[in-house]
Amino acid sequence: MAVSRQTRTVFALTAPAYLWLAVTVMLPLATMFYFSFLTASPLGGKEVSFTLKHYTDFFTKQIYWYNAWRSIELGLYVTALCLIIGYPAALGLAKYIKGRWREAIFLLIILPFWSNALVRTFSWTMVLREPFNILFSYPAIVVGLVHAYLPYAILTCYISLQAVDDSLIEAGRSLGATPAQAFRRITLPLSMPGILAAVFLIFVPVIGSFMEPRILGGKDAIMLGPIIEGQFITAFNWPLGAALSFTMLGMVLIILLIAAPFLKKQMAVG
Amino acid sequence: MSRFALSRRSALALMGGAAAFGATSRLAHAAGEIKVLNWQGYGTDEKWALEMFEKKTGIKVVHDYFNSEQEMLTKLRTSPGVYDVVLMNNIYVMEAAHEGLIQALDTAKFSNFNDLTPALRDSDRFVMGGKHFAIAWVWGLTSFAYNTQKITAKPDSMNALWDPAHAGKVGWRDDALESIQIAALATGQDMNAPADIEKIKEKLKSLKSQIKTFWSSEDEWNKYMAAGDYDIAVYWSGSAARSKKAMKLPVEFVVPKEGAIGWFDGLTIANNAPNAEGAAAFINFMVDPEFYVKWDNDIGAPASSNAKANAQLPEDALNRVVLGDPEVVKRVQWMAPITDEQKQKNQELWDEVKTSFAL
Repeated sequence: MAVSRQTRTVFALTAPAYLWLAVTVMLPLATMFYFSFLTASPLGGKEVSFTLKHYTDFFTKQIYWYNAWRSIELGLYVTALCLIIGYPAALGLAKYIKGRWREAIFLLIILPFWSNALVRTFSWTMVLREPFNILFSYPAIVVGLVHAYLPYAILTCYISLQAVDDSLIEAGRSLGATPAQAFRRITLPLSMPGILAAVFLIFVPVIGSFMEPRILGGKDAIMLGPIIEGQFITAFNWPLGAALSFTMLGMVLIILLIAAPFLKKQMAVG
Repeated sequence: MSRFALSRRSALALMGGAAAFGATSRLAHAAGEIKVLNWQGYGTDEKWALEMFEKKTGIKVVHDYFNSEQEMLTKLRTSPGVYDVVLMNNIYVMEAAHEGLIQALDTAKFSNFNDLTPALRDSDRFVMGGKHFAIAWVWGLTSFAYNTQKITAKPDSMNALWDPAHAGKVGWRDDALESIQIAALATGQDMNAPADIEKIKEKLKSLKSQIKTFWSSEDEWNKYMAAGDYDIAVYWSGSAARSKKAMKLPVEFVVPKEGAIGWFDGLTIANNAPNAEGAAAFINFMVDPEFYVKWDNDIGAPASSNAKANAQLPEDALNRVVLGDPEVVKRVQWMAPITDEQKQKNQELWDEVKTSFAL
């Protein structure tokens, strides 16, 4: 049976994008995945062989799994804070602020995105030293990362909150729901996709972050991110660095798989 | 000869131009540009020196920087044919030469070659099979410097870094090898082959209450010292001279009684360097007294490998008074090359120590 014209058109339109993704995302990742099973970096012209040692190292050496937990813990703190601050802000923007003001506030939210992440982090070192006096500590890392990722939380929550039909809330209210009930049973479930998107967009990069911990964290900077960076940059042990990265990726996937049924239920309620 | 080489390279660049972009930059290389890979603020990128060099030779110097020696090797491995002059610590030169990252040098191209201190110039760290792979450039020491306004009694021991009086005011470099070597010296061990590694680990772990934060570049060290984060900090002799002179910081470098880590750096030419001729001219300029004396006087530098250059320094220069003192030189332990396995063990030990800091 001949392939329909529509299928061919869709294929022709999407193929370049998939090809691009395959070359720019999958190829380097696949190379790193291959490296993670080698005894040494193959770039140095040395003899290399297959090994699982780097993966077993992760589970047998306390420094790796302990720091993996530290990274996940940081991810949970930052994601939670971003949502606690970002969701009400998005709600205000979507439902209460209109016109010019909304545009102005949006500009302020997006503005940090236009500056370099390194510049942003270094400017925090000045503010956190005086007057807050928390530079080179764990809270400093959290502050820097929350600032960096807050726009993701506001923007994704805003998009889903804006799509909530006001007449649904009015209907609920007219049937006797209090404002709190209307929020909990109508607005919150309907905005769940935005919250989920924010969680994915924030949690995953934060647990791999290394620049903010190193500049702001002082002695508390050690996490899996900086350790992976150290394996690539200072120890030149790419295989171990790659193996640690993929183990981290595996853990994120497992966390999401465990969370998936619960999240699906939330969506279904919505 | 050189004109022929130039035109051939230009022709190649033009031929490639149709297919590959980047040909214009290759053409610019051939026309008299060299790319230097070095630490930032480490001599080769002094603005006045580059102007002086360009005036003399017509060669323009552009820079790329690294933050660790491994990063330097990584850049050479992953970008062949990009760099001309590469600064290399002596312990990495043989590794780089074996891997074919750098080229054997024709010493006749360096007019200052005969004035270089033979112990550094002909070190077995630089020479393989009778061929030099690096030109000895500068040498110096790693130990610590302190703020003379905050600490009035001059410390004479490496254990000053562990002194509870400086708790929370110590600066440290986030580097596995350097940390282990300093702890080895502080515990009275041979830093190149420490007998009691557990003792070193415990010694480093006891820095938890001492360290304020880690520094990774001279610029960061200066910032943290100026901001009062550090009273005393691990440092390099040449950088200390520079912080004192150029940054006007009230700091003094100490060569402790237990000894200090000795290092010497060479300048190398990358294999497949786009402009090897220009690279050789630049290296010769870097070991010349004309450049070095001004560098140390105005900015502050490590000790030169060129004996004639050191002799032209003022009477009170650190590089003449302290590093020129044979009693001090006797206390120096010179860094030896280490294997990849040892590197990995060091990194693991250091990661373990840093994890204990965060507990």
